[in-house]
Amino acid sequence: MEAFLHQVLAGLATGGIYASLALALVMIYQATHLVNFAQGEMAMVSTYIAWSLINAGMPYWPAFLLTVGISFVMGVVIERVVIRPVENAPVLGVVTVFIALLVILNSVTGWIYTYTIKSFPSPFPKEMALGRYMSPHELGAIGITLVVLLALYVFFRFTPLGLAMRAAAQNPVSSRLVGIRVGWMLALGWGLAAAVGAVAGMMVAPIVYLDPNMMGGILLYAFAAALVGGIDSPMGAVIGGFTVGVLENVLGAFVIGNELKLSVALVLIIGVLLFKPSGFFGKVHVTRV
Amino acid sequence: MTRRNLLLLAVVLLVACALPFLVSNYRTFQLTLVLVYAIALLGLNILTGYSGQISLGHGAFYALGAYVTAILMDKAGVPYWATVPAAGAVCLVAGFLFGLPALRLEGLYLALATFALGVAMPQLLKYHHLEKWTGGVQGIVIPKPDAPFGLPLNPDRWLYYFTLVIAVLMFVLAWNLLRGRVGRALVAIRDQHIAAEAMGINNALYKSLAFGVSAMYTGVAGALSAIAVQFVAPDSFNIFVSIVLLIGIVVGGLASISGALYGALFVQFIPNIADDISTAAPWAIFGIFMIGFVYLMPTGVAGAVRLLLAKRRSAP
Repeated sequence: MEAFLHQVLAGLATGGIYASLALALVMIYQATHLVNFAQGEMAMVSTYIAWSLINAGMPYWPAFLLTVGISFVMGVVIERVVIRPVENAPVLGVVTVFIALLVILNSVTGWIYTYTIKSFPSPFPKEMALGRYMSPHELGAIGITLVVLLALYVFFRFTPLGLAMRAAAQNPVSSRLVGIRVGWMLALGWGLAAAVGAVAGMMVAPIVYLDPNMMGGILLYAFAAALVGGIDSPMGAVIGGFTVGVLENVLGAFVIGNELKLSVALVLIIGVLLFKPSGFFGKVHVTRV
Repeated sequence: MTRRNLLLLAVVLLVACALPFLVSNYRTFQLTLVLVYAIALLGLNILTGYSGQISLGHGAFYALGAYVTAILMDKAGVPYWATVPAAGAVCLVAGFLFGLPALRLEGLYLALATFALGVAMPQLLKYHHLEKWTGGVQGIVIPKPDAPFGLPLNPDRWLYYFTLVIAVLMFVLAWNLLRGRVGRALVAIRDQHIAAEAMGINNALYKSLAFGVSAMYTGVAGALSAIAVQFVAPDSFNIFVSIVLLIGIVVGGLASISGALYGALFVQFIPNIADDISTAAPWAIFGIFMIGFVYLMPTGVAGAVRLLLAKRRSAP
């Protein structure tokens, strides 16, 4: 029982990270109806930036905030420079550009930082009262995830900019008529997604260590999380993230073994797409032919 | 096919036959891999180019074909040439079965599902209950075949000709398949699936058939690659194999048979050139080329060649 509880709690910790990345995916999906295959690599690049800052002698939290800021700018720039020209291209063109972005970010990072695995510091203390069930870092990661989610909720619910962004995503034509600059709203959405991804990257790096390929599997879980929750529902992405995290840990520990963990994501993705394409919280889409 | 095209084809084939005697053994080996890639790209093009279904996980079928060959040779002692049709058959079935659920997925979602397949594949190959056959992380080493019937060819050249014959067969097969009823049906489904259905085309059947045939091509290519490289291991079939195939069809040209050859030359030789700069450089260059082609040349090299020829013909 204790082992089970431990796995569930550890699952919640990684689940929070999947939830953040899934949320980043959902934010871009809502605004553009595209799934960003490069989301994981963008988070990886952010984490490397944080590593460089910390190694240059900056304390953790300033480095953390600065990285989030830099990532935001990176997201905006990528949207304006790379994604904008293919906004209305056929799906294959867009997917190709995303994959190209994934490949470029991955290889350039490998070029600059080499492919050797690096350790990444955790900002949380080593010992804590709850240490029997959960490491402080796991608890901290959950805390940070919840703070990010709350901040996003407040931003999208109560600030004029957040409302404008939601309007631009929901109805671009009408939004433009009331004076919202839709193009920039999309770019801001990309920036926010990159910032959220950066937080996920920095939270997961102490667990999986830092290397250019670290986000491959995590992106897959984030896809699964986003799909389980419904690809157009932010709330669903969060719940999906925690669900996938717990499922992955529990199934990995007790049912199928650690070797096949990634296949859990594969089965979840295909299963959800087949049997409940709208996920558990997404809108059901009906197309008129 | 016009007489000029036939003549051109004959010249290309003649050059292809002469090449191994003009270049080093290592280059011959690389040319063998070009042919292997060409077959795989043709397969992916049948699916993505002609029938419009995006696959980011064709590396999985490539791996499956390679493993079928390696396991048959290593555990069952089957001769190498007999494993190629077996690999093709296994992948045909696997592709058809994967194609059935994939029918319900469109565009982006299919890309997602196949991407997941591509990422999860190495882990599946490492699964310890299959280790008896797959050799786990270590993989399987297979011997290099010698030329039969006392032909005066070294193994590299023999393998090249063996691959060339299969490649020509596969290309002829694809050409016959795609210019006829099946090819037109696939293109019709890609462009207007509702109209196609109304014309009496069985969308579901054709789409899963395209998946199966496409996987078969890729599986045959995987089998040939295993024979050429003499080694299979789970980590050599990561998601980047699937990405290489995607690059190949984007650069070569979608929905084009000759494009498979251009794409294969590109993915085989660009890394050679770029490797001099840095080990990470080939991928950065691949990525830049991918974006460049989507922006500037969406029909790929094959489309550009077609355009050039058309211009020359219309010029006085």
